[in-house]
Amino acid sequence: MLVNILFYGFAAVLVGAALGVVTSRNPVYSAIFLILAFFNSAVLWLLMEAEFLAIVLVLVYVGAVMVLFLFVVMMLDINVEQLREGFTRYAPLGVLIALIIVVEITQVIWLKKLGLSMVAAPVPHPAEYSNTKELGSVLYTDYVYAFELAAVILLVAIVAAIVLTMRKRPGLKYQDINKQVQVRREDRVRLVKMEAEKKE
Amino acid sequence: MIGLPHYLTLAALLFSIAVAGIFLNRKNVILLLMCIELMLLAVNFNFIAFSRYLNDVGGQVFVFFILTVAAAEAAIGLAILVVLFRSRRTINVEDLDTMKG
Repeated sequence: MLVNILFYGFAAVLVGAALGVVTSRNPVYSAIFLILAFFNSAVLWLLMEAEFLAIVLVLVYVGAVMVLFLFVVMMLDINVEQLREGFTRYAPLGVLIALIIVVEITQVIWLKKLGLSMVAAPVPHPAEYSNTKELGSVLYTDYVYAFELAAVILLVAIVAAIVLTMRKRPGLKYQDINKQVQVRREDRVRLVKMEAEKKE
Repeated sequence: MIGLPHYLTLAALLFSIAVAGIFLNRKNVILLLMCIELMLLAVNFNFIAFSRYLNDVGGQVFVFFILTVAAAEAAIGLAILVVLFRSRRTINVEDLDTMKG
């Protein structure tokens, strides 16, 4: 019973937050609604006993990706009104297609012949069960190559993001430590010999 | 009792909202990226629900990789967006037609 209340409550907030992402006027509000959606999904994942992924969702998505989104949204000077023109023009088509997708998928899910609703409820894990441990024991044995590939993908993403956004500005004054250290006395000091001037 | 179909229906709702969002905000690249994040979240919901109800931890490993790739995609996408804004002073999709033949 408690599980039912938790599921329906958090699912309702999740759907509401998703609608907020799609329909808000300001992209900053959209980003904040998306953060709310991620938090609610993390709770629902906890209900499905995927504790590690729930924590990762909060840490990686809310902590890193959404902060990145917020930075970019606030950094760019966006003309919101201009970007929203055509919102009402495309609304009927978008809502229609979304409704078609929902009806189709729910028809397949709730089809009696498929028997998805008859899948037995899983036995709750005992208190000493560690989701992280089990995930790790699979991740570092069966999926070790995929894991290393994921690491390479992250490295490529880091390099790509830095290279894309780095810019060389002409006329910028900066220190070249190498040149400063290598400089010799002859390069800088010039001894000038001249006659002492007479007093008049 | 909450079963597998409930979670799958919730994921379907999330996915369709994201699809509708792509139609509604088709001029704003940032919102398009956010809608893609929502879609990936819905897919992750399916993976975790099946992993839970079929008692197979492999589904959670896939969610792990999807999260990794989505983070990389968001980082590169936003970097491209920043470079684009720096050179064109706009992120309106309508104005980005220089590749059009």
